[in-house]
Amino acid sequence: MDKLVAWIDRRYPMSKLWNEHLAEYYAPKNFNFWYFFGSLALVVLVIQILSGIFLTMNYKPDAEMAFASVEYIMRDVEWGWLIRYMHSTGASLFFVVIYLHMFRGLMYGSYRSPRELLWVIGMFLYLALMAEAFMGYLLPWGQMSFWGAQVIISLFGAIPFVGDSLALWIRGDFVIADATLNRFFAFHVILVPLILVMLVAVHIIALHEVGSNNPDGVEIKKNKNADGIPVDGIPFHPYYSVKDIVGVVVFLMVFSMIVFFAPEFGGWFLEKDNFIPADPLKTPEHIVPLWYFTPFYAILRAVPDKFLGVVAMGGAIAVLFILPWLDRSPVKSMRYKGPLFKIATFIFVISFIALGYLGTQPATELFTDMARLFSILYFAYFLLMPFYSAIDKTKPVPDRVTFKAH
Amino acid sequence: MKKILSLFAGLVLSANSFAAGGGVPLQSANVDLSDTASLQRGASLFVNYCLSCHSAKFMRYNRMGKDLGLTDEQVKENLMFASEKVGETMDIAMRPEDAENWFGVLPPDLSVIDRARGSDWVYTYLLSFYEDESRPWGVNNLVFKDVGMPHVFWERQGAQKAVYKTEMGHDGKEHQVIASLEPADPAKHEAYKNDVQDLVNFLAYMGEPAKLQRYDLGKKVLLFLLLMFVVAYLLKKEYWRDVK
Repeated sequence: MDKLVAWIDRRYPMSKLWNEHLAEYYAPKNFNFWYFFGSLALVVLVIQILSGIFLTMNYKPDAEMAFASVEYIMRDVEWGWLIRYMHSTGASLFFVVIYLHMFRGLMYGSYRSPRELLWVIGMFLYLALMAEAFMGYLLPWGQMSFWGAQVIISLFGAIPFVGDSLALWIRGDFVIADATLNRFFAFHVILVPLILVMLVAVHIIALHEVGSNNPDGVEIKKNKNADGIPVDGIPFHPYYSVKDIVGVVVFLMVFSMIVFFAPEFGGWFLEKDNFIPADPLKTPEHIVPLWYFTPFYAILRAVPDKFLGVVAMGGAIAVLFILPWLDRSPVKSMRYKGPLFKIATFIFVISFIALGYLGTQPATELFTDMARLFSILYFAYFLLMPFYSAIDKTKPVPDRVTFKAH
Repeated sequence: MKKILSLFAGLVLSANSFAAGGGVPLQSANVDLSDTASLQRGASLFVNYCLSCHSAKFMRYNRMGKDLGLTDEQVKENLMFASEKVGETMDIAMRPEDAENWFGVLPPDLSVIDRARGSDWVYTYLLSFYEDESRPWGVNNLVFKDVGMPHVFWERQGAQKAVYKTEMGHDGKEHQVIASLEPADPAKHEAYKNDVQDLVNFLAYMGEPAKLQRYDLGKKVLLFLLLMFVVAYLLKKEYWRDVK
């Protein structure tokens, strides 16, 4: 065995990679609950790719056959229902996990120097994930698939001068049609997953270059022992690999509860209207994107002008990219930040959830006014951050991480 | 386990409330897929009353037979009128052009109607036909206004009349609105309610035949994960003892 490893090591840096990324990658020992979501995101990615491969074996990307082929998977394909529910549940849980993962970064300042690029790569991953989810949602070819895509792509039409031709170019037809379905299928099963997997690799390489942040926001690399190992660091493997297995099992329990007992999740994960085949002549009463897009959808609708609405929606995502340069606080972690930052973050979380809810509701006058208020609060959180984070009263940061042995 | 599941179900149901619609309060269908006798009665009603205008083109006869505890012969003799082989799906002979001529719209395929509308909606809809001379088939529906479908069960239910009341509208004028529906023959109506219950049960099954398996399998999977959690947790505890 040792000989085999040595043989390979002379030709490929197997042990080197193993050590650098697992056995000798030193992670802070004070990770808490919030640090499960990175590895969980990887688990969901694997679930999506595996279940997706099996779906692809039976799904037909054809406007005449797509809806029926999904029902065929649900009924006639061995374990087809399980594969399909794993994929649909995985899609929503991917966003749950990613939103919690991003919020972790926000709380503990994981986007601050030297991790700005790590955050930006993560944001590109988030963008790719949104594209993946949006295009995947067209494939079942139900009413919501069709009209959701119709609404979102028509947004490109709001761009001055080139808008209409751009929308036409994306659709490949004057309405969402077979051509659109085919190209979305190609993007969904090859292009975007490829980008996702590569970006994940880049994200992890960047992480292992700068080292993990932790709930205290203390740089463990500043405090090394004689061997050059951070005193507050422990090897990722075995300590965090065994810990993450516990997280994965708990996650799988939640995942299974949804897959087996509530796959529609009350209409949040599989919408009722998507059990009606796509009908270009019949617009559903209200068209709602799936829950993970609704905060941005609410911002879009809050702006009276269509083009400016698209700009605002894009801006709501774009502003996340520049977060590392907005935070001027002398400390990283929320634990040592002052009241201003804590209150602002609290308001931001409320706004994001409220926008998410409002995006699912019909745009009545009251709801539109509320969406406007929360949109302003959303942007205020980021755009005012350079000011309130700089004048905030912070607490002193300890030299070592806070950790109590279990 | 049951407690967790019911808590979980509660959370999900509360999310569902926004999905209702139409303004008419829906009655609970109390779907029970473990009641095989009810599913069989529902299947019989379905093939006799629905499956001449509506198709169920994703449902195979033999799959239904297997799930409902019927042999292929029983299915062939009692439930198959439009098809030859038990491996076929529930298609209909009516041509789409004719259907549009007769009803104004193409009667929708009912394979997944339960998932598209919800069991409660279908249940309430089937109970809410009332006499309305202004409509081509002499009936209208409270849940689905001016529906193109005739009341195919009228012989089983008997006629139902709308009782009107006067209400002050938002515009300050008085309007006649329907207060309730009154069955002409209450005893018959009660029996019909049982029919509808069976039929909705069957439609819920047909919307997702896998439902009959996924609950059982789900319990086993969760039990396995629970055991795995104990092992994983103890393993983690053991390793982390040396982290000081």
